[in-house]
Amino acid sequence: MKKITSKGLSPYRKNEIISYGIAILGFAVISVLRSLGMVSSSLQGQLVPICAYVIMAVSLNLVVGISGELSLGHAGFMSVGAYTGIVVSGIMGTMGAADPVRFFAAVIAGALAAGVAGFLIGIPVLRLRGDYLAIVTLAFGEIIKNIMNIVYAGIDENGFHISTKSDYGLSAEGRMLLNGPMGATQVDRISTFFYGFILVMVTLFVVQNILNSRQGRAIMACRDNRIASESIGLNVMKNKLMAFTVSSALAGMGGVLFGLNYSTLLPIKFNFNTSILILVFVVLGGLGNIWGSMIAAIVLTVLPEALRQFADYRMLVYAVVLIVVMIATYNPAIRSRVSAFAEKYLRRKKPDAAPAEGGAD
Amino acid sequence: MGQLLKVDDINVYYGAIHAIKGVSFEVNEGEIVTLIGANGAGKSTTLNTISGLLRPKTGSITFLGEDITRTPAHKLVEKGLSQVPEGRRVFLQMTVQENLEMGAFTEKNSDLRGRMDRVYEQFPRLKERYRQVAGTLSGGEQQMLAMGRALMSDPKLLMMDEPSMGLAPILVEQIFEIIKSLHEAGTTILLVEQNAQMALDIADRAYVLETGKVTISGSAKELLENDKVRSAYLGE
Repeated sequence: MKKITSKGLSPYRKNEIISYGIAILGFAVISVLRSLGMVSSSLQGQLVPICAYVIMAVSLNLVVGISGELSLGHAGFMSVGAYTGIVVSGIMGTMGAADPVRFFAAVIAGALAAGVAGFLIGIPVLRLRGDYLAIVTLAFGEIIKNIMNIVYAGIDENGFHISTKSDYGLSAEGRMLLNGPMGATQVDRISTFFYGFILVMVTLFVVQNILNSRQGRAIMACRDNRIASESIGLNVMKNKLMAFTVSSALAGMGGVLFGLNYSTLLPIKFNFNTSILILVFVVLGGLGNIWGSMIAAIVLTVLPEALRQFADYRMLVYAVVLIVVMIATYNPAIRSRVSAFAEKYLRRKKPDAAPAEGGAD
Repeated sequence: MGQLLKVDDINVYYGAIHAIKGVSFEVNEGEIVTLIGANGAGKSTTLNTISGLLRPKTGSITFLGEDITRTPAHKLVEKGLSQVPEGRRVFLQMTVQENLEMGAFTEKNSDLRGRMDRVYEQFPRLKERYRQVAGTLSGGEQQMLAMGRALMSDPKLLMMDEPSMGLAPILVEQIFEIIKSLHEAGTTILLVEQNAQMALDIADRAYVLETGKVTISGSAKELLENDKVRSAYLGE
């Protein structure tokens, strides 16, 4: 009987190691290349956004892939995190706090704010299913964006001001943090690639530990079969809400990283298109596949820049690449070709398969 | 023999449709009780009302002396009421072993190992396939898995919704053999079934449902000899 208990988790562990491996390897390679001065300035500028998008994709995978609910409002939670982080970082900046302290205080505040938003929105939204849920999350994402559009905030010698009106009594020496539809201005760009790497690791740690826990099993069971889950005593609503809240908090974290990387940040940045972009990462990387989301987020963030040489046809090429990848990864014929090729290639390396080599070409 | 479950005059509606019209029955400890009837008679509706997936408009459901009429579905398992849902509904992407583990989800620090051994003893087929993904099992094996999963919470009352649905005759017989042996091992069972012959063969008592009402009730033997039952459900 002992045999039965062990080794049951190996596929999860394998995927976990691959995810951490991609993050660590990516960070190490880029760090080395940077110190050798071999990273182009355009890629240099994309490093932090790549980390932010990886966080967004992995966190959305928790809802779409693992909990099985199509959410189209992920950018909304990102913006809650981003603006909360910018405000916290701004306030702490005027108090003269050191950059790392500012950054991580902003991350914690942003994650908390987005988590609370996710929890509150999740309560009504998760009562719905399927298409209805998708549409309502989309609506909430837009609502959040529109709220950000009318928020003004600043800090001066009288303290912190926040308002929905543009004349909110900020003194002339005050520092404007949020300027309504103009978004955040004069943001101190304190995000770094290293911070991004840390946050990616935190996200992976949180999501993969949930996946591999009792709670994760419960979440996946609720996705696979709602009625069966209730019949074994699972509270479906509670499990889905937990996944949604954690995902939102992580999205808020990604938002802070993203927001503190630009000197200005318009609320319109977090519209429906961004939510869809993140969803594309998740779907293309494979639902429930964490490292797949990472790869998709990295490749699809770098690709549009790399395609600049095609000028006007850039997005056309991008679309074609998306379609080709989609077809290739889900096509059983191509898959079996690839695995046959891999097998052939691996067999060549084995000495006992040497006679087969003659017929190989 | 104490009374485990008492359903008292429940009325259930789907919108404007009056699906269950004042059904009452009870299940005593150690019995197999079966609800039989044709398609649309309200068998599954009755079961889903007991298990909290539906709410009766009037009437009450008592389990072990406690009113469970408005208890949410997921809390019933902890009270000792377990259901094998209709159409098997195993977790297709999990392995056999994981499915069984999920069955004991509500139990904290329980004797998981011992229970799993007992389930594997009842269902040797499942033991052979403990690492196989549930979606690759045959229909009969999935039914066994759903039953085994429900047993993992060590229920006082096991409710089964059409365990023979969609199975080959030989497998139906096997499944009923298993139900019988579960009963012999001391499990109280409420069985909803279309296959009246098989159900009456193993049950102690039975209720016949017709368009949302109990029309005939009595011991399984009596019902097997009842002319109306014979002509309507046993095809004689």
